Amino acid sequence: MLAYVSRETVYRKEATLFHVKHLKRQNNMETIITVTDLTHHYGTQTALKGINFSVNRGEVLGLLGPNGAGKTTTIRLINGIFNPSSGKVSILGMDPTVHGEQIRSRTGVLTETPALYERLTARQNLDFFGTLTDLPAEQRYARINELLSFFQLTERKEDRVESFSKGMKQRLALARAILHHPEILFLDEPTSGLDPESANQVHELILTARNNNGQTTILCTHNLYEAQRLCDRIAIMKKGQIVAFGSLEQLRQRFSPGIDLEIRLESVLPAGSVQEIVQNSAVSQVADTHTAIWKVHVENESVIPDIATDLVRHGARILALQPFEASLEKIYFYLQNNEQAGAA
Amino acid sequence: MNTNHIIAIAKKDLLEVRQNRAAWLPMMIVPIIFVILIPLAIILIPQHTTLPMEDFVNDPDLQTFLAKMPESMAAVLKGKDELQGTLILLLGYMFAPMFLIFPMMFSTIVASESFAGERERKTLEALLYTPASDRELFLGKVLAAFIPAVGISWFSFMVYSLVLNIAGAPIFQRIWFPLPTWWALIFWISPAIALLGICSTVLISARVKTFMGAYQTSSSLVIIVLGFMFGQISGVLYLTVVVGLLVGLVFWIVSIAMYSLAVRSFKRDKLLVDAD
Repeated sequence: MLAYVSRETVYRKEATLFHVKHLKRQNNMETIITVTDLTHHYGTQTALKGINFSVNRGEVLGLLGPNGAGKTTTIRLINGIFNPSSGKVSILGMDPTVHGEQIRSRTGVLTETPALYERLTARQNLDFFGTLTDLPAEQRYARINELLSFFQLTERKEDRVESFSKGMKQRLALARAILHHPEILFLDEPTSGLDPESANQVHELILTARNNNGQTTILCTHNLYEAQRLCDRIAIMKKGQIVAFGSLEQLRQRFSPGIDLEIRLESVLPAGSVQEIVQNSAVSQVADTHTAIWKVHVENESVIPDIATDLVRHGARILALQPFEASLEKIYFYLQNNEQAGAA
Repeated sequence: MNTNHIIAIAKKDLLEVRQNRAAWLPMMIVPIIFVILIPLAIILIPQHTTLPMEDFVNDPDLQTFLAKMPESMAAVLKGKDELQGTLILLLGYMFAPMFLIFPMMFSTIVASESFAGERERKTLEALLYTPASDRELFLGKVLAAFIPAVGISWFSFMVYSLVLNIAGAPIFQRIWFPLPTWWALIFWISPAIALLGICSTVLISARVKTFMGAYQTSSSLVIIVLGFMFGQISGVLYLTVVVGLLVGLVFWIVSIAMYSLAVRSFKRDKLLVDAD
């Protein structure tokens, strides 16, 4: 429970900071990706069913959804790997079906699997991809050394990648994705296989790049904690459709308004008092009031003092009172488990 | 077209082949056997043993070969003793089509490694996300297979020429090799065969999932070379200079046709769906 409270506190603090920064940025927002009615079929299978969304410069957009939701196909279409069955994409003012090469020189993609050349060394891998992204030799060598050092791979730079651990491969693949300073970064499960320290380092990298350099990032992840921590806006995908889109705050307002409240009392209140408090106060849903730990749901923060006053009036001694806003996890599972939820 | 991209892809593929023993080992062993060991055995054994050369010379198949031989080839044998004639027939004529195995084999090995191997190891997707165009990717990979295939064939030819002239010096007392036919064979037919091997492998790789699968299927192209060999032994097709030039022309036409087919089949979206 302690860990949960602590993580929730981190969420709230960071979410508030992000929200403020996001609002500031919104003043001079520039839309750099626009996806309009995008549909794609693989043979008879439909991978995307007319999705719409846009991405602003300098934001971190999360694409969430189970396997097969259409996240990877979306990335492929935006980067001009496939031509869509119908619909349009505009990225950096260009059409990927026409300007795929120019677009890919300004984007960086971390694929779901590291996709490294295992028989080549770490340095050879980076050098090869650096050459393909047209980095001049001198800059390429300097950048490779910088990234190897940042990802703590300098000592292994002349070793073949096949001898690397999963985490080392993932770090090297990340280095490859950002090697040419891409304007837009697509990260498909960037922390998969990383230990908590390395995962945190990647999170810091994404946030620093965004805050300091205005780096735009599209993040596909199954890790909801990661998405909540990093993303300014989130698109939740399900069976080739976007079922929810917006900032966490907007998603909360739409799918899980109100606040869960946990109240720790010194002792259990008499049944009559409990009934009276619940009936008179602004408690909208009651999860549990039969023990000394109450779990209730309220519409907004403004009613919390009234509930506290009511409790005290009935002789309750409050040890702790902790509000919880709906986590992304709660919203995500609500949307994935309810067929009708989020249908536009 | 960005030549830096093409060179980088070719260099990377060659680097990978160099690290794959299953790929480069046959490329070392086969030439050593056919270019050094067998020719040395054929030249040295008769000099140091008393093998009855008449048995070989009077062989009915060889008699047919000699009887139907074009004048240009017969002229080379004129005035030669039994041993000299036997060596010219065996190493100068019979062995010639064998040399076509090299470009065919090496090109299919590297192309299988480069096209099917890349997909097998699931490294293709990252490559497709680079700014390199489909054409640059294709050319880089073709170059990676073409250079070693032709390079090793030419190098093997050089070594073969040295072995034949040095080991054969006591018998011939002069530089007797290469025969005129070989120039067309090595510098005209071999590159065409290498290109044919690569393009066939690209087309096969679109349907086969693994390096070994692609290599084994494309290896069946060796049948063309065997057809050449048996055609010559049976006296049906003699590899004279003119025939060599004509055969080379046919191979180039077929190779270029297959090249345009292979280029059209090499599309990003198709490659990635196939890899999935």
